[in-house]
This record gives sequence, C-alpha cells and structure tokens, in this order.
Amino acid sequence: MSNKVLAKGLAGALAASVALVPMMASAGELVIESWRNDDIDIWNDKIIPAFNEQHPDIKVSFTPTPPTEYNASVNAKLAGGTAGDLITCRPFDASLELYKQGNLTALDDLKGMDNFSDVAKSAWQTDDGSATFCLPMASVIHGFIYNKEAFEEVGVEVPQTSEEFYAALDKIKEEGSYIPMAMGTADQWESATMGFQNIGPNHWKGEAGRKALIDGSAKFTDKPYVDTFTELATWKNYLPDGYEAISYPDAQNLFTLGRAAVYPAGSWDISLFNNQADFAFGAFPPPAPAGSDTCYISDHTDIALGLNAKSDNAAEAKIFLEWMTGSEFAELYSNALPGFFSLSKHNVEITDPVANEFVSWRQECESTIRNSYQILSRGAPNLENELWNLSAQVINGTISPTDAGAGAEAGLAKWYAPHQ
Amino acid sequence: MAHSGPMTDWRKARLPVIAFLAPATIIYTLFMIYPLVDSIRLSFYATPSGGEAAFVGLDNYRTVLADPDWAATFWNSFWNNMKFFAVHMLIQNPIGIALAGILSLPRLRFRNSYRTMMIMPTMLSVVIVGFIWQLILSPVWGVGADLLDIIGLKSLFGPWLGKEGSALITLSFISVWQWVGIPLMLIYAALLAIPDDLVDAAVVDGATHFEVFWHIKLPLVFPTVAMVSILTFVGNFNAFDLIYAVKGALAGPNFATDIMGTLFYRTFFGYQLQLGNPHLGATVASLMFLIILAGVLFYLFAVQRRLSRYQL
Repeated sequence: MSNKVLAKGLAGALAASVALVPMMASAGELVIESWRNDDIDIWNDKIIPAFNEQHPDIKVSFTPTPPTEYNASVNAKLAGGTAGDLITCRPFDASLELYKQGNLTALDDLKGMDNFSDVAKSAWQTDDGSATFCLPMASVIHGFIYNKEAFEEVGVEVPQTSEEFYAALDKIKEEGSYIPMAMGTADQWESATMGFQNIGPNHWKGEAGRKALIDGSAKFTDKPYVDTFTELATWKNYLPDGYEAISYPDAQNLFTLGRAAVYPAGSWDISLFNNQADFAFGAFPPPAPAGSDTCYISDHTDIALGLNAKSDNAAEAKIFLEWMTGSEFAELYSNALPGFFSLSKHNVEITDPVANEFVSWRQECESTIRNSYQILSRGAPNLENELWNLSAQVINGTISPTDAGAGAEAGLAKWYAPHQ
Repeated sequence: MAHSGPMTDWRKARLPVIAFLAPATIIYTLFMIYPLVDSIRLSFYATPSGGEAAFVGLDNYRTVLADPDWAATFWNSFWNNMKFFAVHMLIQNPIGIALAGILSLPRLRFRNSYRTMMIMPTMLSVVIVGFIWQLILSPVWGVGADLLDIIGLKSLFGPWLGKEGSALITLSFISVWQWVGIPLMLIYAALLAIPDDLVDAAVVDGATHFEVFWHIKLPLVFPTVAMVSILTFVGNFNAFDLIYAVKGALAGPNFATDIMGTLFYRTFFGYQLQLGNPHLGATVASLMFLIILAGVLFYLFAVQRRLSRYQL
C-alpha cells in the first residue's frame, strides 16, 4: 500500500512542478538583466517600489550578474531564449550586435524618448542613427578622489595642473604616512579605464582625438597616445608595494581605510566610499598640463536599458521603460546612485557633494567618451582588451610606452581599414 | 549437447542486456557524445555579422593555427597548459605518492587525522581556494609576508600572482595544494590492497621501510600511478576554474596565466567589449579535445600496455 501512496505522491509532485514552472515565468513578472550587482538594494528598496506605487500590478525583479561575466551570460541567455524582459545595455557595439541579431526591440516610438539628447542616445543607435534600441540611463565621469585629511596633514593643495599633481604625489610619497595613489594592475581594467582613459583626453583633446582615431587621421603611435602611456608609466612610483597583485577591491579598501591619499576613480565609486570611508573626501578632474586652455574629461555614456525582442511581457516592459523616461526616475536614480548621472534632459538636483563636484566639471571641461568604445572594438584583436593588457603592462614596466602605442596600433591595423 | 548450468545463453539474455545498458548509453549519448559531436560540427561553420551560419570547412582551424595573432595566443595557452601539467606531474603526484606511503606505514599514530587533513582542501570549492590564496599572498593584507618574516626570508616575498614570471607557477602550486588529496587517496587505497605477507617477507629478509616501499610497494601500485597521471593530464588540460576565479578570463598579466580553458571561454562567450564567437570557440574546444585525445591514446598504447601487473 505504502508503495502505491508513494508513487501517487511522487506523480503528483512531478505534475505540480511541471505545471508550476511555466506559471512562475508567465505571471507578468518583469525580469531585469544587469551587471550592476552593487545596486541590487537600490533597485529593490527604492526604484522598484517607486514604480509599483504607480503600477502596483506589474511585478519587477532585478537579477544582476557579476560585471565581468555579464556580456557572456546575457548573450548566451538571449541565444537560448531564457533572458529576462529588460536587458541592461552596454554602450555601442555589444548592444548594437544584440540589436542586429534581433534580440533587442527598437524603441524610437517609445513615449518620452525625446527627453534624451542625440549625444545621450548615440551610444545605443545604429551607425546611421535610424534606430535607437536602448533607453539611455546614465553616464559615469572619471577623475581623482582624494582624502581631504591626508592632503591637509601632508600640506598639499588640490592640484590644478598635471605638474602640480605629480609634485603633490611626490610630496606625499616623501612624507611617507600615506600611499600616494591607490590602484593595482592585477585586474588590468583599472589601468586602462581609470588610468589611460582618465588622463588621456587631456592629451588627445577629447572628442577631436577620439574621432581622429575612428577616421584614421590619428594613430596610437602618435604623440598624444604615447604621451598618455608615458604619463601612465610614472604611476608605478606612487602605487602601493606589490601593486602588480593588487586588485580593484584591494585598492578601494586601501583608500576607504584611509591608507592612501589619491584614488583614480570612476564616479561610480562614490556610493561605496560614502558607505565605507569615515573621513572627508573630495574630487578633482584629471589635471591638464600647465598652459592648456581647455580641460577634457571622460564623461562616458555607460548604461542603458533595452527590451528583449522575445519578451512575453513586452507591454508591461514598455510601461516600465516609459516610466523610466520621466523626471521621477531621473531624480531617483541620480540620487540613489551618486556617481551615475542621468542622461535625460530633466533638471536633476544632485544632493551628494562629491557627485555634484564630478558633474560640475561638465561646465568647465569638454566631455568625451572612452576612445575604444565606438566602432574601434569591433574586430579581432579587440582594442579594449588590448588597452587593458597594454596599460597594465606599461604600469608594470614590462613594456615601453612607445611599444605599447605600436602594439595598440598594430592590433587596430589588422582589421580596421582607416588604419591600414 | 546443450549447455546446462550457469552458462549464459546470450540469445535468451539479449533483452536484459539491452535493458541494462540502455539507460547509461542513452544518457551518455545525449549529454556527452551528442554535445561533443555537435560542437565539432559548430567549428566548421561561421556566422557573418547579422547573417546566417554558413559551412566554411577548415577555415576556423586555419585561423586559429595559422593567423599570427591567433596562433601566438593559442600556442601561448598550450605551453602554459603544459607548464601547469608539468607542475602537477612533478610536484603533486610525487607528493601524493610519498604521503600515501607514509600513511600506510604499519605503526603510524593519528593516521585518520592526517588523512582527513590532507584530503580536506580537495573538498573546498575552487572559488574559495582561489580567494583564500589571493588573501594569503596579497601584498597588502596577506599573511604570506609575515610568515616569511618569521623565518627571516621576508625579502623573498613578492606580488607573485601579479608578476609575469611567477603568476602561472604560483597558480599551479595553489592547484597542487588543493588537489593533492586525489592521488593520495587513490594510491593509498592501492597500497592498502597489498597483502601483509609480502611486506613481512621483505622485512624478515632485512629490508628497511624505505626499501620495502621502493622495491615492493611502488612497483605494485604503478598501474594506479599511471591512472593518476592520465587523470591529471585530462584534468589539467580541461582546467579553467582556478585561473578564472583568480585572474579572470583575460588571464593576465600579459596572458601569462592564459590556459586553453580561459582562451576557450574568452573566444566562445566573449569578454567585455569583445563579442563571443561560438564558431571559433568551438574550434578551440575541438583542438583541446584533439590534444587530450592524443595524450590519452599515447597513454593507452605506449604506457598502459607496458605496465606489468601482478596477481596479488
């Protein structure tokens, strides 16, 4: 008898689980794919509840993957038909390719799309600008965050020129109680993103230099790029001992524990530092050489949200996207995530002082984006990966700045006609 | 005359034989053979941007093996893999054999405690092992420098995981630390199967413990040692997790820790702005398969046939 009961029970459980699986997926719950696993609390506690106040019947869940795995996992999920309804978009080619493969829906007719400038949309448009396939969310700005107490203790001022910057670092090093600059090369990307792309725009004159690389009139072997690598090579004098094995979280911790004076930053670091650092910190833009009349900053269009073309909940997803074009989301997002600056035209008041400092540079300096992102990372070898490797090697001292420039140029010349 | 007694009549037994073999065959075919064959098929195709996959024959293999950039990357990862394997063969397996020999000494106290401790790291997740060792070896927070300081060798400490010359060797040692329990366990089990009278006879003849191990026990467990070697080979050439956990898929610095597993991952799934290319990825995977197949065939025909086995 007991066997029969068991068999019936098992069959019942099996039937129930088979019946439940599709039900769970089709209950109109929007799933957001993202690489921002740091933001899970903000989405769950602030953004999604704010949305649900207006649309209580649409359930939204935020399911991030670690940043380095995101592209691989979302591509695989889209190919396998198991991806969420809303896909967080990397800028330029990664998302463009998803659109070309038919994985993302064009969003040009979305209500509220005109709240975004053409520059903001450019990172998520086809090359001819005919279709926009992701809703721009935010940009991030590069610069340096510094420990105010350390600067006071050592007696250095916030540097205005690159000469003052390196003099200040030298002084901090000489004084000895602080590591001049907290960064490592173990993860490689900081060397390129917080190093090369941070100080570079002052050398290659922002957009002018970036566009010159794309049309082929400038090469990585030219002076501005080699100069950037040369400047980067001097950083090794200011980094902590054993920086070759120091990872990104190590560097963040060195700074928030008050052991380092300067931290080459992306504005996204602000919220972590607000939580962890118990000293006052400020920020300054990458200092240009003395006598330059303009300063340039990397104000990188970083993050957007697209609609999975195969979503079963497209109607609900569009309601969510429309809500995101409004001023409420812009306000909420910019302030919940200080350091991510809304790309919409709404006038957003930023309450965080350091984030406000970052965004104020938009008035004084010319903005540009990272030079490897548009078009140039389309081929193999991949320019962005090359720049990670070369920038880390330049700082490690295993390659000369000239060879690094030649290496990046050779990689580009291999597949990109304007550089051949 | 017809057979009688327990001899099997295969014509009558056909149905049960098929019935017993079927589940394993079906599962193995579905989850092992089919994916393997299909990924080899995938490597003969290419997808132009926005287009449909088209048959390109051996073009992908030509790219990986003949294009200067691709070939440099591929052979770099191959040689790194060979180094990774060499460290395991020359360090992990001898240590495993030695520890198994010590554990099987007749009068050893705390035998079970030792055994448990030695096998413990094998049971940890690779991600945890990678994380622990990154912390131990960290130049900022690590206890590595302090430990060396105690014995006066602090000057030898360096950011080993971050240097081109030492990163791969360091990772190999971490992997050895984690996996030494496997050869230890297998060889220990083989040693236990050796009858005591063989050892007793040798001792009566005046052999020391070491001589007993070297001349009697070791030759008897050679088949197990050979099996451990081929398991090490297959495991190392399929390795991916530890490198990925510690150095990421770009396997820096300057690809010094790039092995075929990480190269495959980067190629197949893409990385950061680099988009994945399933066809080239499948090509790398098929080449990995061929290399492992060659190694296993070499073992089967050149090594296993020459091993002498003793009926104990």
